[in-house]
Amino acid sequence: MFGPIVTKAGSGLKHKTGAWRTTVKPKFLQKNCIACKMCVQICPEGCITGKEKNTYICNYNYCKGCGNCVAICPKKDIIMVKEEEK
Amino acid sequence: MKQFLEGSQAVAQAVKLCRPGVISAYPITPQTHIVEGLAELVANGELKAQFVNVESEHSAASLVLGASAAGVRAFTATSSQGLLLMAEVLFNIAGMRLPLVLTCANRAVSAPINIWNDHQDAVTVRDSGWIQLWAEDMQDVIDLHIQAYRLSEDRRVYLPVMVNMDGYILTHGLEVADLPTQEQVDKFLPAYDPLYKLDVENPMTLGFLAGPDYYLEARYAIQKTLDDVLEIIPQIDYDFENIFKRSCGGLVEAYKTEDADSVLVAKGSIIGTIKDTVDELRSEGKKVGVVKVITYRPFPAKALCDSLSKVPNIGVVERAVSLGAFGPLYSDLKSVLVCSEKQKISGFVIGLGGRDIRKSDIRDIFDKLIKGQGHCQFMGVKNELLSKDFKDI
Repeated sequence: MFGPIVTKAGSGLKHKTGAWRTTVKPKFLQKNCIACKMCVQICPEGCITGKEKNTYICNYNYCKGCGNCVAICPKKDIIMVKEEEK
Repeated sequence: MKQFLEGSQAVAQAVKLCRPGVISAYPITPQTHIVEGLAELVANGELKAQFVNVESEHSAASLVLGASAAGVRAFTATSSQGLLLMAEVLFNIAGMRLPLVLTCANRAVSAPINIWNDHQDAVTVRDSGWIQLWAEDMQDVIDLHIQAYRLSEDRRVYLPVMVNMDGYILTHGLEVADLPTQEQVDKFLPAYDPLYKLDVENPMTLGFLAGPDYYLEARYAIQKTLDDVLEIIPQIDYDFENIFKRSCGGLVEAYKTEDADSVLVAKGSIIGTIKDTVDELRSEGKKVGVVKVITYRPFPAKALCDSLSKVPNIGVVERAVSLGAFGPLYSDLKSVLVCSEKQKISGFVIGLGGRDIRKSDIRDIFDKLIKGQGHCQFMGVKNELLSKDFKDI
């Protein structure tokens, strides 16, 4: 029997790192966003996507909850909320 | 062909017959003659392999890990401190599910420094996921190495195998043993066809980060595979017997245990001494026997329980101890053996650091077995060497 030991190149997406979050997660308010993409640049997981203003969102399957996006957002349009909050 | 061989030379010849492509090792007593022998075979062109000299055992293990990952049959050998220096790599080799064979010339572990035989080195890495096979004599040494490659590369297994042979007693002792022909070995052990390998045309990674969501399954897979290995080893031994016309026993070997009221359980070359003592005691009318543990990891629980189910007095004789607890084999056996009221099991620690084990010592153990019961009885302790207070001895 084999477990998850061998990984094909480019299969990193199979490893969902969202479970690493502890008690808080970022919430994208989508109110004052100017689409500067600072959050996209700083996200260590590369899991933030969006095009127009107020469309940015992160993929919670991979977001580790580090809060870098919250810290960098010049419009304070991303906040950390409790994990159970929607 | 039967030959009078030194144990280490027998290993070198047996490994040569298995056609490894890469050999890497760092010399350590009493393993040295094994890799010296192989280096010579490579240097004189008898063995077409790459022999890589390295600066430590950690590097040797890492190098053969890499060779195996690249799809090449590889070999290394070590002992004692060398095995412990390899420890983290040993866990990696098993975790990456790489076939490999390592010979451990069993030796005591420092401190105090001691180059003589006991089993503490291999026993200390028993939890690494390696399969551990233990040789009693020179024929076992040859046969177990050939079986080890077949077992390790079996696509149901894909785990590394450590062949254990007692330092000096087997590595430096000379004995007559049958060295098979290349044709026989080729028939039993086909050329290595790796299930996966590092390949620039088809990139992949081994031992990739596995977080809490994945790691447990990787370990579970090894555990389940090792359960299967308990079925696979006897099958491989059966195939071996068909070609070589002899068996090396599979999981365990029960010797004169059928009607025995006292049976010792042990592994390694001490089995020979116990068998001789059993023969003597039998001729004196005593019903005694011995069970030889050939496969120590995976632990052959069912095979041992089957051999011991009707034996009133069981003694586990070990050349190793889990300090602060018991002999490891004793703990293992006691955890699976459901002792009835008429049954008792005792643990004995003997022959550490190469202290000679004689037939009289085995007789003492049989006596103690009947008289009392103890979890971890050290045999032959010289009290004159001990003191409650520190003193300059």
